[in-house]
Amino acid sequence: MAQSEQEILEGLAEIVNEETGLDTASVEMDKSFTEDLDIDSLSMMTIVVNAEEKFGVRIPDSEVKNLKTVRDAVTFIAGAQS
Amino acid sequence: MTSPSATAPTPKGTGTLVDTGAARHSRMLGVGAYRPARVVMNSEIVDKIDSSDEWIRERSGIISRHYAADDESVIDMAEAASRQALEHAGVTPEQIGFVLVATVTHPYQTPAAAPELASRLGSTAPALDISAACAGYCYGVAMASDMVKGGSADYVLVVGVEKLSDFTDPYDRGSAFIFGDGAGACVIGPSDTPGIGPTVWGSDGTQRDAITQKQAWTDVRESWQSAQADKNVWPAIGMAGQTVFRWAVWGMAPVAQQAIDKAGIKADDLDAFIPHQANIRIIDAMVKQLKLPADIPVARDIVTTANTSAASIPIATTRMLAEKEIPSGGLALQIGFGAGLVYAAQVVVLP
Repeated sequence: MAQSEQEILEGLAEIVNEETGLDTASVEMDKSFTEDLDIDSLSMMTIVVNAEEKFGVRIPDSEVKNLKTVRDAVTFIAGAQS
Repeated sequence: MTSPSATAPTPKGTGTLVDTGAARHSRMLGVGAYRPARVVMNSEIVDKIDSSDEWIRERSGIISRHYAADDESVIDMAEAASRQALEHAGVTPEQIGFVLVATVTHPYQTPAAAPELASRLGSTAPALDISAACAGYCYGVAMASDMVKGGSADYVLVVGVEKLSDFTDPYDRGSAFIFGDGAGACVIGPSDTPGIGPTVWGSDGTQRDAITQKQAWTDVRESWQSAQADKNVWPAIGMAGQTVFRWAVWGMAPVAQQAIDKAGIKADDLDAFIPHQANIRIIDAMVKQLKLPADIPVARDIVTTANTSAASIPIATTRMLAEKEIPSGGLALQIGFGAGLVYAAQVVVLP
């Protein structure tokens, strides 16, 4: 089932909150996972695996390094769902 | 080669094999460990990887590790741990029926470390090395248990030992801080009751690149044949951190659960969880995935021993028993996983 980008963003923010404790409101489209949200590579992988489960998509290891901003992740998930 | 038309010979049928199969139970009788004297703090590592003590702690949980001396070999460390394990088990070198040494850092491709170790201990038992990286010790425990059950040996010495400092690239940001040196050992022998649960194990060779030495030995030879010294290579071990993390946590937690199920127990019955000490983040995430009851002691030796590959589980087991953190006779879930990729998990009764 394809979700809107806004729905994906909200779902992703919940996952980020659960992993890092960051406020969901701080997870904005143009934020960088590493620079702005201070998420390291292992936390990023945890977020990726939880996103796979939540959104019913597969995010290969080779793709993870391309997900630099929240928007990158939302766009990838939306594309994988369609 | 005889001609296809010749009739196959008939067996004489006069001799019948004696089956020495013992069909008995097995258990761990004793454990031992050895950590080299030199303690290496993160501050010694950080300059070459443009990093900090805090960065290393956050990503791995590691504060310090032990490095062997230049003239201290894998066999030296294995001997120290083995003597302790034999003494704990009350087994003499003459009683040893097999020696299994799990290691990936014995610097001779041949001969194996195990025969020399056996000899130093005063044993002429059959001996071989196991190349199963960080799963090597759990592979050894499974094989030793089956040898005892099957009657191939009464007492098997299983050693996990690594001198990873010899195969660490100090300039590799992904692995320079991860590894340490050390040895751990156990003695497995016959038992009246089941002492080693069924092993859940396997491999995934499609992920051979996830953890690997960076060059084949033949590449090393080629680099040395070139006159330019700066092209010399050394096959240090490298890894794809994120790939390994995903596999270790979400791939291995179900394996650990299967080992609990196959042993016929519940997670609540465990007295200890002793996973391979790869990274504190892997350990913590695995505990979360397994939903282990909070009161079960979990090995976190990674903090001061770093990742000693095949040696990490017996080193942790020995320390936790010695410090009375876990009970003799209690049930421990142990799981090893690493380069291959390979894994093995089993529930054991602690010696």
